[in-house]
Amino acid sequence: MGVTIRLTQMALLGAGALLSIFMMANAVDTPFAIHMGIFLIAAVLGLIFVGRSLVGGVQPPSQDEYFDTVVRAGIIATVFWGVIGFTMGVYIASELAYPWLNFDVPWLNFGRLRPVHTSAVIFAFGGNGLIATSFYVVQRTNRTRLAFGNLAWFVFWGYQLFIVLAATGYVMGVTQGREYAEPEWYVDLWLTIVWVAYFLVFFGTLVKRKVSHIYVANWFYLSFIVTIAMLHLGNNMAVPVSFFGYKSYSLFSGAPDAITQWWYGHNAVGFFLTAGFLGMMYYFVPKRANRPVYSYRLSIVHFWALIFTYIWAGPHHLHYTALPDWVQTLGMVMSIILWMPSWGGMINGLMTLSGAWDKLRTDPILRMMVISVAFYGMSTFEGPMMAIKSVNALSHYTDWTVGHVHSGALGWVGMITMGSVYYIVPKLWNRARLYSETLVSWHFWLATLGIVVYASSMWVSGIMQGLMWREYDAQGFLVYSFAETVEAMHPYYALRALGGAFYLVGGLLMAFNVWQTIKGNIRSGEAVAEAARA
Amino acid sequence: MANPERDEVTGTETTGHEWDGIKELNTPLPRWWVWTFYATIIWGIGYMIAYPAIPLAHTNTKGVLGTTNRSELKAEMKAAEAAKGKFLAKMKKMSVEEIAKDPEMREFAVHAGKAAFKVNCVSCHGSGAQGAYGYPNLNDDDWLWGGTLEDIHYTITNGVRYNPDSNEDTRTSDMPTFGGPDGTLTPEQIDAVAEYVLKLSGQKHDEAKAAEGDKIFHGDAGCNGCHGDKGEGIKDVGGPRLADKIWLYKGDKASIVSQISKPKHGVMPAWKSRLDDATIKALTVYVHSLGGGAKS
Repeated sequence: MGVTIRLTQMALLGAGALLSIFMMANAVDTPFAIHMGIFLIAAVLGLIFVGRSLVGGVQPPSQDEYFDTVVRAGIIATVFWGVIGFTMGVYIASELAYPWLNFDVPWLNFGRLRPVHTSAVIFAFGGNGLIATSFYVVQRTNRTRLAFGNLAWFVFWGYQLFIVLAATGYVMGVTQGREYAEPEWYVDLWLTIVWVAYFLVFFGTLVKRKVSHIYVANWFYLSFIVTIAMLHLGNNMAVPVSFFGYKSYSLFSGAPDAITQWWYGHNAVGFFLTAGFLGMMYYFVPKRANRPVYSYRLSIVHFWALIFTYIWAGPHHLHYTALPDWVQTLGMVMSIILWMPSWGGMINGLMTLSGAWDKLRTDPILRMMVISVAFYGMSTFEGPMMAIKSVNALSHYTDWTVGHVHSGALGWVGMITMGSVYYIVPKLWNRARLYSETLVSWHFWLATLGIVVYASSMWVSGIMQGLMWREYDAQGFLVYSFAETVEAMHPYYALRALGGAFYLVGGLLMAFNVWQTIKGNIRSGEAVAEAARA
Repeated sequence: MANPERDEVTGTETTGHEWDGIKELNTPLPRWWVWTFYATIIWGIGYMIAYPAIPLAHTNTKGVLGTTNRSELKAEMKAAEAAKGKFLAKMKKMSVEEIAKDPEMREFAVHAGKAAFKVNCVSCHGSGAQGAYGYPNLNDDDWLWGGTLEDIHYTITNGVRYNPDSNEDTRTSDMPTFGGPDGTLTPEQIDAVAEYVLKLSGQKHDEAKAAEGDKIFHGDAGCNGCHGDKGEGIKDVGGPRLADKIWLYKGDKASIVSQISKPKHGVMPAWKSRLDDATIKALTVYVHSLGGGAKS
């Protein structure tokens, strides 16, 4: 049977390679030809790997074991893309403060590198973190191996291919101009295939579970997978100009197009960056704290309230635009109602520590997880507040929004992922402990300081910017020109880049720590200290 | 669950489930959480009654307050226009000189002009009106086309070298191309004239060449026709003053040679096609107030 499966895989990969060659040969533009070449390389590599295992006659793994090799690859990818994404962030932040860093080179331009940064941190770093931890968690909480054999490997490598296609496209200027959904139609189609495979693996594993109830972390992971599929399909409805070229046009136009984009955009925040990472939190915080989850009832109520309410909140991105008033009202009201459902997750995360608060003094990993939940609480208060129209009138289009996103992204998403990485790495590679917890502590403080510098400089800059835009003199004339507001923001832009640099250095420490742990090293002196502590 | 397990630390019952060692407490929903959640829902209902909210077949509920984004904006703009309206109406009827003489109107015009300047003029003249390479500084008293209120008003209204075919009132001066194959001067002659211009502007120069340049300046090339006999400039024809250290295209030798050989001709839009009469008057009073405004 194994041979039949492998032959089928090879046939599919071969067909993919031929299709890539055909598309490349007929390509009407260079970026499309390059991308088809990347598809071809991926298919050929896949053929080589599958072919070698066919010749070598590798034994299929025992169905009793957890499938952790793919999780290991996912964690390595998380750390790798994290460092890339943070680096890109520091670079483009520096470009805003010091525009000469563009070097007049098109592919270093802020407009092209900005989606490289956002996609690298959200989809490459965050996405790999979610896929890897969801594979880890779903197996352990359901006491069963991942479903559908090596399909999980396809999900992993297919997702990396998506990231490479997206990033190379951006620097070549290939974008459909939809925020957080910049990849063009053929990359979207590829992601759809990968995502369906991801759903099958995750859902199939749930179906063959060996426990009666499904743990709450899995509800959140599943809601993330299902909703992202729906959002991805809805938002990327586009008509290609040619099947052999990258350019496409959206099926919608005007205000309907804008609201489709923000229905997607806000729920990418809601279901990718919130629900997915709540799944992570619901497993790793109780595991690390070694305490029961605070409230089962709260987890049910806030789960359903969160996923019901989030889906309506998108219009708050389009206050005071051509969007009809009633849609704006809906978005604002649902955003306010979303406050408590969001905080349900914070309460459950923080209160799970009752009885274990003392561990915060000695365990930098738990500290990292707890501060992430604290940032989650802060961002999910700030968000509804900014959705209020009169607040939005000041905050919209300013750096305040950027600061808000980053307190959520660096604080919540980044810290919970990095805390989980530190927890999971020794387990995955069967190490007694991390290479160094002191380095984790350094990472924690560098990252926290970085976020504080970042967020507060953007608050000051954003509010100042908003106030300058709207300042009138006694005669009723605007006081500032746009260029003057840009000039006034310069010091805060420099500070923001500095905050990002702190965060990046923390990320580099993590990469080093994870690498050393995988190699099986323990930093001299630390094991002794731990023994003394115990 | 006949005999539910209790958590030792909190004394709370667990649900009896366990996944990979994780248990759950059966803690009730925090009261403050529930009540705040209800409060936001009730507030939301109230807000939806007050404002446009529920879509119907052909329209939507208008809300008891009956306002929309557009109506709010309209009301604000109306109030703002009402506050300014009295002044704007007066400005339309007054000349720039009259506005400048009336302290109240002048105050208003300077503010209005400053705001309009920041939107329309800063990209070339700079946010401090300090100018840049190729764009005149407006703070000094070196005026290419005259610095009286009337001159400035005319320049802003009609622009400089702006679509001269259809806009015949535009300011136009056209320094000839003296260099190159079609030029009337040889490179040596241009070099001599440049030395003379350096002398006029009080810079280091070669006296012998300058003397030669002097002859060309006042002779064959006829530079004095526009720049004046002593390089003092002639505003009526837009001939820049050369006998000072203020330069539009830099005052070093190479730049002067370049400007004689193949002159650059700056363009400024005729703002009459983009701004209303009152705004142009306000801009005039503002620019005149910057420090270099000349008396008529």
